[in-house]
Amino acid sequence: MENTLDPADLQAVWLTLKLASVTTVLLLCIATPLAWWLSHSRKWYKGPVAALVALPLVLPPTVLGFYLLLLMGPHGLVGELTSALHLGRLPFSFAGLVVGSVLFSMPFAVQPIQNAFEAIGKRPLEVAATLRASAWDRFFSVALPLARPGFLTAIILAFAHTVGEFGVVLMLGGNISGETRVLSVAIYNHVEAMEYGAAHLLAGGMVLFSFMVLLGLYLAGGKLSQVSK
Amino acid sequence: MNVIHSMDIRAHFKMQLDSFMLDAAFNAPSVGVTALFGPSGSGKTTLLRCIAGLERAAGTLHVHGEVWQDDVRSLPTHKRRLGYVFQEASLFPHLSVRANLEYGLKRIPLVERKVQLEHVVEWLGLSHLIGRGDPASLSGGERQRVAMGRALLTSPRLLLMDEPLSALDTASKQEILPYLERLHRELEIPVLYVSHSLDEVARLADHLVAMEKGRVIANGALNEVLVRPDLPLANFDDAGAVIEAVVGQQDPTYNLTQLDFSGGSLWVGQVKQPSGNRVRVRVLARDVSIATQLPQGSSITNILPARIAGIHCESSDKVNISMTVGESQVLLSRITRRSLDLLGITVGMHVFAQVKSVALMA
Repeated sequence: MENTLDPADLQAVWLTLKLASVTTVLLLCIATPLAWWLSHSRKWYKGPVAALVALPLVLPPTVLGFYLLLLMGPHGLVGELTSALHLGRLPFSFAGLVVGSVLFSMPFAVQPIQNAFEAIGKRPLEVAATLRASAWDRFFSVALPLARPGFLTAIILAFAHTVGEFGVVLMLGGNISGETRVLSVAIYNHVEAMEYGAAHLLAGGMVLFSFMVLLGLYLAGGKLSQVSK
Repeated sequence: MNVIHSMDIRAHFKMQLDSFMLDAAFNAPSVGVTALFGPSGSGKTTLLRCIAGLERAAGTLHVHGEVWQDDVRSLPTHKRRLGYVFQEASLFPHLSVRANLEYGLKRIPLVERKVQLEHVVEWLGLSHLIGRGDPASLSGGERQRVAMGRALLTSPRLLLMDEPLSALDTASKQEILPYLERLHRELEIPVLYVSHSLDEVARLADHLVAMEKGRVIANGALNEVLVRPDLPLANFDDAGAVIEAVVGQQDPTYNLTQLDFSGGSLWVGQVKQPSGNRVRVRVLARDVSIATQLPQGSSITNILPARIAGIHCESSDKVNISMTVGESQVLLSRITRRSLDLLGITVGMHVFAQVKSVALMA
């Protein structure tokens, strides 16, 4: 039984953190305008869009991964586009994992931010408008600071959810060391190879990490709600 | 083009509301306080929001010769040089009291800054509040004063106030009213003041726009509109005339003060102000009775010769009557229909108005 981590395991840890960080940053850029639109729009297609965003919450990750694989594969719409742009193929690459993770963790970023925007209500933004603040100014000087707790939740959930991802990665990225082999896949490999000691180290680390993240979330949440009272 | 006319505020808005159509047009002078008065749900707040550009409605709006909205274009709210005080203070919870006050101030060009922070702090008594970090630690009245200051600091060309006292308890109201009266006297910014309280209107306004079901039913100088016997306003329990008077002689023996106005003078309970000071008093319709001859042996001190100007039957038993006292002052009186018939009161008749009580407003 192997009880220590080999360099490939450390690489998997590093890759996982990189994937989660890139995904979280991208998600903030996408989820913020999307959440703003969802919280303010009265269009009929707001409902379908909201449902689409929430879909990864209920879909098995393998289903999402399967369709993404088809879409990004050589005969898929996205695959043809990336080939035409000489970007290569997304499946079995780090970029492919990022695309999958962004979609998979989307509801965890959009929903807390959307809730935070909705909780602000119209009034503070109207007040800001009567105080000469333009739409962008209102967004940055009023909406963003007031939605801070929602952003904090979104960042933590999106990051943690991406770290824990398994199904989508396996469908999309396979198991290429240093490119697509993330922590959860590495644990799976160790278990398959009966290397329970190494699996314990990685899995235990994940448990500790997840606990710390949630603890941080609750502590920060408590502190934030005290400030707003 | 009439120059004076172009400097005032002209508004006309049309908008479908839940149960009726808002179709309101009015002119307001470019000085003083204009009250938008009407019962709850008459569309006055919506009208104010249209003026601020917070509601999208078809219409036209001219403010001091500037076009804020017409058929072709409509300035967005942040480009209209207005101040808006909402019913609830709505201070930004993430900013300190000072940052709240300076939020609008920072966003206007230096040349437009006519209202200084120090002045606002002094006018509104904010010196002990400006250092506070969390606006939630302020009382309701204090928060509303900060909100007023915040709006004033944008040096608005028009100040809109949407029932700024209605969310406050009586004590906080009494705390704020003097500040409002002071702003009214010392600032040259015209104010549109939405209210459903006749008492507030009588204290603060100079001009009155009365609304009902989305329409403007009367628009004119405060003391002209308030004494029109045919308006629904005259049926309010506290309907009555407003008189601008000057403090006259004192009677130290009986602790009374004489107030002089264009129609004569009134004796009231002692007013501790130097003679010559201007005061505003209210004479309620229910406190004015009518005698066809000068009453003898009456306990009522204030009896004024008057001439009947208008009669309006408000119900099967009560009548509202307006009377001219002196040159231009009009009083409103509410009497029973039987008294009207017994005394044979007709328009143009010379009578005596007996004023039972006079309320000093400031």
